[in-house]
Amino acid sequence: MQIRPILAALRRHKLATFLIAMEIALACAVLCNACSMISHRLSAMNINSGVDEASLGEIVVTGFDPALTNDLNARMLAGLRAIPGVESVHVVNSVPFGPQGFVAGTTFDQAGKHDAVVTDFYLGGPGTPKALGLKLIAGHFPAAADYQPVPAKNYFPKSSRIVITQALATKLWPGENPLGKQLWGGPYQFRVMGVVASLAVSQYTQYGARGAEWCAFVPVQPGGPLAGTYLIRANPAVLNRVMVEARAAVRKIAPDAVLDYHSSHTVSFLRERFFKTDRAMTGLLVGVIVALLGVTALGIVGLASFWVAQRRKQIGIRRAVGATCGDILRYFLTENFLVVSFGVVLGMAAALLINLMLMKLFEVDRMPLYYLPIGAVALWLLGQLAVLGPALRAARVPPVVATRSV
Amino acid sequence: MLAYYLDLALRSLKRNKVLTALMVLAIAVGIGASMTTLTVVHVLSGDPLPGRSAHIFFPQVDPTPASWGRASHPLEMMDERSALDLWSAHRADRQALIVQSPVKVSAPGVDHAPLMLSMQSTTSDFFPMFDVPFAYGAPWTSADDQGRARVAVISADLNDRLFDGGDSVGKTIRIRGSDVRIVGVLKPWRPSPMFYDPEGSVDGNMTSKGNYGRPEDVFMPFSASLEVNDGHFFQYTCWGQPTSPGHLEHSPCLWVALWVELDSPSKVAAYRAFLGDYARQQKAMGRFAQTDTRMLDLMQWLRFEQVVPSDVTLQMWLAFAFLAICLFNTVGLLLAKFLRRSGEIGVRRALGASRREIFTQCLIEAGLIGFIGGAGGWLLSLLGLWLVRRQQAPYADLVHMDVAMFVVTFALSIAVSLLAGALPAMRASRITPALQLKTL
Repeated sequence: MQIRPILAALRRHKLATFLIAMEIALACAVLCNACSMISHRLSAMNINSGVDEASLGEIVVTGFDPALTNDLNARMLAGLRAIPGVESVHVVNSVPFGPQGFVAGTTFDQAGKHDAVVTDFYLGGPGTPKALGLKLIAGHFPAAADYQPVPAKNYFPKSSRIVITQALATKLWPGENPLGKQLWGGPYQFRVMGVVASLAVSQYTQYGARGAEWCAFVPVQPGGPLAGTYLIRANPAVLNRVMVEARAAVRKIAPDAVLDYHSSHTVSFLRERFFKTDRAMTGLLVGVIVALLGVTALGIVGLASFWVAQRRKQIGIRRAVGATCGDILRYFLTENFLVVSFGVVLGMAAALLINLMLMKLFEVDRMPLYYLPIGAVALWLLGQLAVLGPALRAARVPPVVATRSV
Repeated sequence: MLAYYLDLALRSLKRNKVLTALMVLAIAVGIGASMTTLTVVHVLSGDPLPGRSAHIFFPQVDPTPASWGRASHPLEMMDERSALDLWSAHRADRQALIVQSPVKVSAPGVDHAPLMLSMQSTTSDFFPMFDVPFAYGAPWTSADDQGRARVAVISADLNDRLFDGGDSVGKTIRIRGSDVRIVGVLKPWRPSPMFYDPEGSVDGNMTSKGNYGRPEDVFMPFSASLEVNDGHFFQYTCWGQPTSPGHLEHSPCLWVALWVELDSPSKVAAYRAFLGDYARQQKAMGRFAQTDTRMLDLMQWLRFEQVVPSDVTLQMWLAFAFLAICLFNTVGLLLAKFLRRSGEIGVRRALGASRREIFTQCLIEAGLIGFIGGAGGWLLSLLGLWLVRRQQAPYADLVHMDVAMFVVTFALSIAVSLLAGALPAMRASRITPALQLKTL
């Protein structure tokens, strides 16, 4: 196929060529960036919480007298455990995707001179790590003696042995054995006794000072500041019924407290709700991509049809002097390929520019470079498909057209 | 002549139904997408206090001590002492302290389970300063602020829930075990955005609802609320541990915000000077490490805080990129359409039509496409806004198309189509009559 005559012909239709190329360029730029944003949101939505989501639920009550938390915990634990189907109930401070848990900056030294990282602290009564379904990969889970009471007006026991996530261990002590290492949160001392494979922070944010899994579990005795939030474990088959009954039971178990209906749900539900806006945004981006490709394809079909109609006589002459149907078809496909290529080159540059701008203005992540060739191939295919119809029509132009005057 | 061109345009549109439909569709979809997102941004970036916002200011100082080597700029909140110092200096026309906290509310003699609600601890100027509408009663007085009076103003919603919407002034509600007398009931009040709380509005369990949630249900004098809800306050940030969690009076924490109203530029300048003097004086006393201050007016503050969710702005730019693609597309299609009629145009030119007339005729045809596309775009944006309202975003119920946006829809649509039509029309008007006639 000779490209030179095609280029020469395109030069005579500079404006139309330029328009299609610009359309392709803009489509390429938006397509690459939208795909990149979709993939980032999808990977955020697929974050591993590290807990047995399907078997867990949370009941939160508020408004009780802080002086009577031991009494409240005892009543809530006994009352919730009595619900048929409940495997276990534990007092915790939060669960992944639940209300914001305890977040604090930590340091490597007691004096607070060497900042470590902002860490999410999960607090829970005896047996909580097992009930959550955490997977231990080094050290131990806390033994009964490790669960200490938290004095009133304090946040943590003065000194505790904690379990941290692999992600936090790698962040704090890369390449070292984290077991036995120390961490400080103000006056509170923490010593690592175990490492779990993963555990997500309670309120995941894509952008911020906290990693998605920079978490620590602090073993404490329920009571004092730890009250009001209860982790329910049940067989996934009955969990929904258990949660309905648990919410209803709160009024009888603890009439002095107020059920936080918004937070008292299964962890799966909390997760689903947590990512609702991300899901909506992903849907919107997919919608935009589809509409965009559709409009681009329609534009190519429209212009290509016009070109074919305009060049009927020329095609007829070429056919009359010996060009086959295949030659004509290839001519239009090649022409489209060249125009799209021109657009794609411009589009790649635009995609990178737009990405840089988005990174600056909207904290969007850097677009991986391999999106560019993928976007290019997609637009080439789209272009070829869109031009196929008009090109086939051109190929069917009979040579006899050459002899007519119109 | 215009009527004739319109007639010609309609005939021409009918002749090429598929091409016309493609163009109308492209414009409608592009306009629909951009107007949906533009309307959301328009609603979310509105002025919550029209006419007054230019007089409302958010003063900030940097009360962090030298030992706390962070924060190079004033943070959103102040410590209690700085806020009270500035408030009690009474250098502004009006001033209000702002602190939110969760409270448990019940009403003696009312058969309703206790509620967890969000309380606004503030001062009496809050209500006139922010144009808060009252259904019954009135705000508490400044004497109540000083006298730690156990009084409250409640929202219309809470009044409906507890007292069936009647005049409940003088009745009592129980807040965390203390009896508090109702002095005022608000009319339904929904400022958008929730401008006065620097951290965005929160519900009774202190889960943030961002900048488009509802106002609090209970308003109490700052001083009295500290007693009633002791132990349940939240710090914005601290440079030391509070002596006990939730008890923030005299704590090394930032947790109070201040708003002031200043009615003239000279007062604004004077207040800025006062703020600077205060910071320098505190630094001289060794309490502050920095003398940075900032005082933005309400709209500047909202922009500074970037209250419009970045997702929404991103969607808007995406929609406009999409509209641009539709525009290129329409230019291409119009070009095809007009040049296809070269013969006809040639004849009209030969019969005496000027280039200008051909150009006008083509533009009218483009404008007509824009108008029809605009109508489609308007319907599509109504559909889009309906979809937005079905989302569970806190601002969902606020999103409606107003008259201004309706006008913008058609203006944008016709502008876009005229822009798209200009180039093809120019091409068409340059057609030489002789060349076209020869081939016929």
